[in-house]
Amino acid sequence: MSKAEELGGGLATFVDERTGSNAWMRKNLNKVFPDHWSFMLGEVALYSFIVVLITGVYLSLFFRPDMTEVIYQGPYVPLKGVQMSDAFNSALEISFEVRGGLLMRQIHHWSALLFIGAVVVHMFRVFFTGAFRKPREMNWTIGVTLALMTIFAGFSGYSLPDDLVSGTGLRIAEGIMLSIPVVGTWASFLLFGGEFPGTDFISRLYGIHILLLPGIILALVTVHLILVWHQKHTQFAGPGRTNKNVVGYPLMPVYMAKAGGFFFLIFGVIVLISALVQINPIWTFGPYVPDQVGAGTQPDWYAGWMDGALRLFPPTEFRLFGYTWVMNIFIPALIIPGLVSISAYIYPWLEAKVKKDDREHHILDRPRDAPTRTGLGVMAITFYVVLAIAAGNDLIAIGFDLSINELIWWLRIATIVLPPIAFLVTRRICLSLQRRDREKLTHGRETGRILRLPHGEFIEVHAPLNADERAKIEAKVDVEALPEPAENDESGVRNPDFKKERRWSKLSGWFWRNNIEKPTDHEIEHGDEHIAEQVELEKPLREIEDKVVIGHDGSTLHHPGQPETNKEQYEQWVKDHPHPKSDPS
Amino acid sequence: MKTLARKRRHPAALVVLLLLGLLVTGGAYAVTNSLTEAKSAEQDQALIDEGRQLFLEGCSSCHGNQGTGTETGPSLIGVGAANVHFQMATGRMPLAGPAVQAPSKTPEYDEQQIAAIASYIASLAPGPAIPSAADLNTSEADAAEGGELFRANCAQCHQASFQGGALNDGRHAPNLTPVSDQLIFEAMLSGPQNMPVFSDSSLPVEDKQAIIAYINELREAPAPGGWALGSFGPVTEGLFFWTVGIAAAIACAVWIGAKVR
Repeated sequence: MSKAEELGGGLATFVDERTGSNAWMRKNLNKVFPDHWSFMLGEVALYSFIVVLITGVYLSLFFRPDMTEVIYQGPYVPLKGVQMSDAFNSALEISFEVRGGLLMRQIHHWSALLFIGAVVVHMFRVFFTGAFRKPREMNWTIGVTLALMTIFAGFSGYSLPDDLVSGTGLRIAEGIMLSIPVVGTWASFLLFGGEFPGTDFISRLYGIHILLLPGIILALVTVHLILVWHQKHTQFAGPGRTNKNVVGYPLMPVYMAKAGGFFFLIFGVIVLISALVQINPIWTFGPYVPDQVGAGTQPDWYAGWMDGALRLFPPTEFRLFGYTWVMNIFIPALIIPGLVSISAYIYPWLEAKVKKDDREHHILDRPRDAPTRTGLGVMAITFYVVLAIAAGNDLIAIGFDLSINELIWWLRIATIVLPPIAFLVTRRICLSLQRRDREKLTHGRETGRILRLPHGEFIEVHAPLNADERAKIEAKVDVEALPEPAENDESGVRNPDFKKERRWSKLSGWFWRNNIEKPTDHEIEHGDEHIAEQVELEKPLREIEDKVVIGHDGSTLHHPGQPETNKEQYEQWVKDHPHPKSDPS
Repeated sequence: MKTLARKRRHPAALVVLLLLGLLVTGGAYAVTNSLTEAKSAEQDQALIDEGRQLFLEGCSSCHGNQGTGTETGPSLIGVGAANVHFQMATGRMPLAGPAVQAPSKTPEYDEQQIAAIASYIASLAPGPAIPSAADLNTSEADAAEGGELFRANCAQCHQASFQGGALNDGRHAPNLTPVSDQLIFEAMLSGPQNMPVFSDSSLPVEDKQAIIAYINELREAPAPGGWALGSFGPVTEGLFFWTVGIAAAIACAVWIGAKVR
């Protein structure tokens, strides 16, 4: 035993004797995780969150969430002598005076963007593969909450430096709050401590940004990971993989090494981007003054879709009970995001209901095998992207020399028309891919080799699928749509839930419409036989000749001295007929 | 001489001497000045005539023979030389074709011809003149104050780092990065296209100088944080993130997750 091993063993024994940790460690360090790159998207989120936390601690050492007005006396000349809040002043100090401050700010900001982005990508991976199904619905809702929390955390951080862009963002947030019927004004007064902007809000937001939201995120991430640990990770279908096992590598040492290396890779990518690419240059925006607003003021990308909805929504307000009800802010900024969040929360239960599915799922779906779900996901992405594009409508208008008014109209139409088209197209593509899979299962893989049979027939040789692919395709589970309910039971008594049940049955029928049924075992068997036959045909011709009688004129397939197989005959022919251009001499 | 020497301490002597000195210098100035004035007036008239000729050839079809405007072009009475120089030196005039807003292009006329047309238009009625070298001297200007003025008056259309901004119906406030000091000054004076007029009474010359100094300060300073992504703000940052940032992260995941073969 080496000195190091002795030391480590001694330490482990010391801890074990006091906590009984060895048994626990042994069990958990040997825990097996399946391997796939898309399972690491959540890790990207986790690691960028760690980077956000580390850099955030550094920034908090220098940032002062103070609305006291000061005169800037720092080294940045174009702002010298300008009156500003101490919050903005300290953000400039971090950028220009604190050692490494600007790099830290940029790492913090870029990694925050990556955090939220990775959360979104991870979420769609989970959605498209059906990883949210029982028993993981609870973890899905935690994930949706986490996604919302990251957006709030991002926006609260974006608003802290008190520059002209972030102040405008806060002004919009205040406007959204004001648009809530009845309580809006009071809510806004409560939060801002009076009229906008006041002197309280930045310090309140600071507490929310560095304590409350990270605390909630940290707690939820912990629960999220404990549940993954407890429920075990899902896996894609493959040979030997079932709903009851996990095929992969143990945590120690494989995933310890992979995850450790991956953390530093992600950290490296973030630092590289942050060192090379500027983000949020608050010094060019200047300090926030409520009567100023710059052209091209946009939120960070994650809030862009809400800003886009605000920009697109047509003016609608009405008077009722002597008050003006401003729907053109309330609907796009609160109702639409609210509906989007609620649909994300309830989707797992909705899908389980139309499938009448209460089984546990540990094998992931391939997106094509759930065409309606995949279509809905792509539809959501399309909706999101169109709105996000709308948030940059002014830049698009100047960049492409378009009229912003027309652009808004086109985007309004696109918001309504494009998502359904995306849904239909995606579902069609999924169904076509399923058809192809079915064909592969019943006819084998197309090899591209054409074989001419002695009696003149040409066939394409099909080869058997490899085990991986076959297991993947065979893993598809066909689910029957909910049956049409009977209006009256046998004794003629009316079913009181008839209408409700019929609605669900219709929804279920829509969800499973055009399902390409997986071939039956008999069909697969038949296909296998067929493939075997074709494979047989490529065997040495002499053997075929011995076995089957082919040819109508009694000719022979093979003469002594000739090449043996079709392939060899072809190669011989190529050799005898050299292509003039390919001849090197 | 004796009388003079005697009177030199007389109380009135100082007054007389002062009067005499003023008279001599004043008279001499008047004589020489009237000479040069006459000469420059002659030159001015030549320039105006040349300008009038050019105007009749190139501009009058829209702006009218007297510059009073027609259905297709506005009256130029009182617009001033600064306006003419801005419109013509940026190539906005003569207009290539009807559009919501005249685009800037390569100028059709050289500086000498533009100066001639400008002085012809200025001779029709007084208006803001082309800024002098002293007007454009920003060495004394306070860039930080200019920044405050810029954010209060200009950034809402031209954007904080003056990359330009969209206005309604396809109009836009242009990017100021390639625009010269003189043209910026003239634009403020004359308010071309959709831009409001910032006359010297609402925005004094020193303030205009300060704004130009601020623009120059930002134009010349390198971006301290690295590649500025066109200084367009969060939109290009988000675009960069979704094209390069997340792609790099996913590439790392694919690399780490790749099966050993």
